[in-house]
Amino acid sequence: MIRIAKPLQLLCAVALCALATDRPRAEAPERVIAISARRFQFTPSEVKLKKGEPVRIQLTSADVTHGFFQRALGIDAEISPGKTTELVVTPQEAGRFLVICDHFCGSGHGGMNMTFVVE
Amino acid sequence: MILDRRAFLRLAGVSLGAGALYRASPALAADGPGAALGRRLAAANGEAPAPFLFAQLSDTHVGFQGPPDPMGTAAFERAAAVLDGLPARPELVLFTGDLTHDSEDQDERVRRMRKFQEIARRIRVPQLRMIPGEHDAGIDGGALYREIFGETSYAFDHRGVHFVALDNVSRAKPEVGAERLAWLKQDLARYAPTTPIVVFTHRPLFDLKPEWEWFTRDGDAVMNLLAPYENVTVLYGHIHREDIHTVAGVRHLAARSLVFAFPDPAQPQKKPLPYDPDHPFKHLGLRLVHAGPEKPGGAVSLGLEEVELTMREHSGTEGLAQLLKAAPE
Repeated sequence: MIRIAKPLQLLCAVALCALATDRPRAEAPERVIAISARRFQFTPSEVKLKKGEPVRIQLTSADVTHGFFQRALGIDAEISPGKTTELVVTPQEAGRFLVICDHFCGSGHGGMNMTFVVE
Repeated sequence: MILDRRAFLRLAGVSLGAGALYRASPALAADGPGAALGRRLAAANGEAPAPFLFAQLSDTHVGFQGPPDPMGTAAFERAAAVLDGLPARPELVLFTGDLTHDSEDQDERVRRMRKFQEIARRIRVPQLRMIPGEHDAGIDGGALYREIFGETSYAFDHRGVHFVALDNVSRAKPEVGAERLAWLKQDLARYAPTTPIVVFTHRPLFDLKPEWEWFTRDGDAVMNLLAPYENVTVLYGHIHREDIHTVAGVRHLAARSLVFAFPDPAQPQKKPLPYDPDHPFKHLGLRLVHAGPEKPGGAVSLGLEEVELTMREHSGTEGLAQLLKAAPE
């Protein structure tokens, strides 16, 4: 029989407890949201989020490079065509947050945006 | 000696709404502190400061087709005619970007830039200076703009004032970029802290409203480079409305557009203000600023006069044609 020293037993118990419970949400968001960009709109144009709940956002572009920027939510990404850009967001405040394309993409660029509604 | 900000930009003359006319008048009395300042700046710049008049125009968007505004270049033409008709014309006209509206068709972009030049040259002033907006330079990194207008960032001196044209649009993102920041640092190093500096750029260099892209990502880095200078003014466009903000002692002045207006940033939505067929130049009208010391050596006072253009103002050749085209049968 293998004997384990008491301090090590305690450490193992703590580790098992950690595995049994949810990992920190910021590391493993359960909800995934796909957003596609195309000149000059994001689809969907509005997404509801829950305060404190992390979400994984998957961004794709159907045409050219776009930006995805929302300072208060800490979002600052580039969306290049042909690849998926992923980011994890955990909103800390309720409210409406306008996300803009901040990579110039043409004549309608100034109106290209979508909204996260955090409840 | 420290040059007082009010002593530098003595706002006077006319504000066009379409832009603002400023009279730069450092304390230039033949004797007294102004003379000493003049000698120092002359030594630093090679040119002594002297009173002069200049104008800022912005966001002409040549080639833009409504909505909201079906008037095309009519307001730009009118502004050019007003400037050209002033009894004392400005010595310098600055255009703070979005000279043209972008197009997928490269030939059309060239036509629009040539059209801009044709209208701008109606203003018979010694110097027309411009910088690009994102609609001029964002799509190709400023390549076509450089072919037609020249460099997108540059500097020059005029009557003792150091002007810096700073491109914050041609990198696709709203930023100046490390290369231009290094250039700016090198350019400014030649000047004394008291030198009056006017930076003209397209996007605001401070966070006016980032969620409307009314900011420059590295605007703080620009302002840090300018921080040692005591007399800095930033002129910009992009927001299609007159706006005056003072941030860390520097005044940031936005001029109105010459095509359509955006709402106050306190509003929830960035929707262009609607076109009013009964008042086609609404929000693109004139603002007159009468300023200057009430008596020699006295305090500067500013008198503002807002003037809304009327139908009879559509006197430009193309402006009249556009007006008739826009009018219902």
